[in-house]
Amino acid sequence: MSETAVSGVKQCFQLKSASVSMTALELYFFDDEEFESTLRDKISQAPGFFKDIPLIISLEKYEGLSSELDFFKIIGTCRRHNIHVIGVRGGNDDQRRLARGASLALLPGGNQRDREIDTGPDTEATEATENPTPAKVENHSDPVPAKIINQPVRSGQQVYAPDGDLIILAPVQAGAEVLAAGNVHVYGPLRGRALAGIHGAEHARVFCQSLEAELVSIAGHYKISEDLQDNGWKTAVQIQLRDDLLVVTPLEKA
Amino acid sequence: MARIIVVTSGKGGVGKTTTSASISTGLAKRGHKTVVIDFDVGLRNLDLIMNCERRVVYDFVNVIQGEASLNQALIRDKRVDTLYILPASQTREKEALTKEGVEKVINELSERFDYIVCDSPAGIEHGALMALYYADEAVVVTNPEVSSVRDSDRILGILQSKSRRAEMGQDPVKEHLLLTRYNPDRVQKGEMLSVADVEEILAIPLLGVIPESQIVLNASNQGLPVILEEESDAGQAYEDAVARLLGEEREHRFMSSQKKGFFSRMFKGG
Repeated sequence: MSETAVSGVKQCFQLKSASVSMTALELYFFDDEEFESTLRDKISQAPGFFKDIPLIISLEKYEGLSSELDFFKIIGTCRRHNIHVIGVRGGNDDQRRLARGASLALLPGGNQRDREIDTGPDTEATEATENPTPAKVENHSDPVPAKIINQPVRSGQQVYAPDGDLIILAPVQAGAEVLAAGNVHVYGPLRGRALAGIHGAEHARVFCQSLEAELVSIAGHYKISEDLQDNGWKTAVQIQLRDDLLVVTPLEKA
Repeated sequence: MARIIVVTSGKGGVGKTTTSASISTGLAKRGHKTVVIDFDVGLRNLDLIMNCERRVVYDFVNVIQGEASLNQALIRDKRVDTLYILPASQTREKEALTKEGVEKVINELSERFDYIVCDSPAGIEHGALMALYYADEAVVVTNPEVSSVRDSDRILGILQSKSRRAEMGQDPVKEHLLLTRYNPDRVQKGEMLSVADVEEILAIPLLGVIPESQIVLNASNQGLPVILEEESDAGQAYEDAVARLLGEEREHRFMSSQKKGFFSRMFKGG
């Protein structure tokens, strides 16, 4: 069984940092009827995009009276259209007090980098405005380049790819450690420790040409050498996380 | 400019000093002006193996600290006249080897010698780091057993990251694997790692294989570098290693067990 890497004891849960894209609704003034008709209009342009999405109400450009802000009505209207209002961003103290009264999360003010969502019918709108919270926004433009290592990673050495994948075209020796935010590829024997998805990416995988590892970890779930011996030992395998369990599969049959 | 060769291993007792003595003697025998430096401050041994311990007046640390000149500290070998020994201090701390001090001595030696062989202490502490810091090449001495191989791997990593060449972004230190205390019979019985195993794990070129032999111990006790025991397997294996270090191609020997002849079986010799 895999356990949490931190304590070695099964905990009820673990807190991890998450990066998500979210849509912000920039409100200029609030009128119940006009709000609903505008919303209906937007949804009709791309119904698939709006189904069950989380939504943030941005108050930074709000020009109406605070007293006109009825968050319960906004939440209700959105809910009828399968949109979940989860919080507000910006706004003055009065407005934020009203939001809290409606059980909404309070997010700090955003920046000016938000882009307008193009909900034209031919573009399956996958872009969303940037989330101003401390969590980084996943951008669909340039992928983070993988870190590539051509030399053996020797005992006592550590190689770390903090943002993306790590590709090693040489052995990772016993007593060495390789870590990546994304996947770890070892085109050689993996004799040391390999940790993929160190920021919590559960989809991360470890690939190696010969599994001889001391430890393999994905998003904090790990197996030590002893538990790895029975399956795929000294062969080419990939290791991934399925239902919180590390699963080793041979590469040729993958 | 001299070529600076460090003899290192991480693990102790694998044969660094024996190897330093034989390689420096072998280089000098071929006419190259060679100096061998003992970096093992506090546990000096090289002078014993080179049989010059009674001639030590000044040492490496004296030179670094300006208490003696290089000429006063260098000991000329009695057997090979192009060979000099710079002994370690027995009474000082390893910290006496400062980076600047070692550099000064090495630069000075560089002008006078063709080869500087640095005999590293065991471990990965200050003394070992100083011994390898200025190296152009490294002879990594390894015994065919798991812990020695692991420590050699560690030293190889340090060579890649902490040597002057690594820090200055120059070509990496050239690495050579020297397998010592090799016993083909025990390899066959599965009691020892084979040459192939060690080569596969460490992934560096093989400089030579020195067979396990009583002669090595006897020679050390007599203060004679094994390479001068020219009739012996170990002596010839070192001779081959020196030739390869100088770029010659030589076939590897002493890697498989030899069938014992009738006489050696009769008299239990060999």
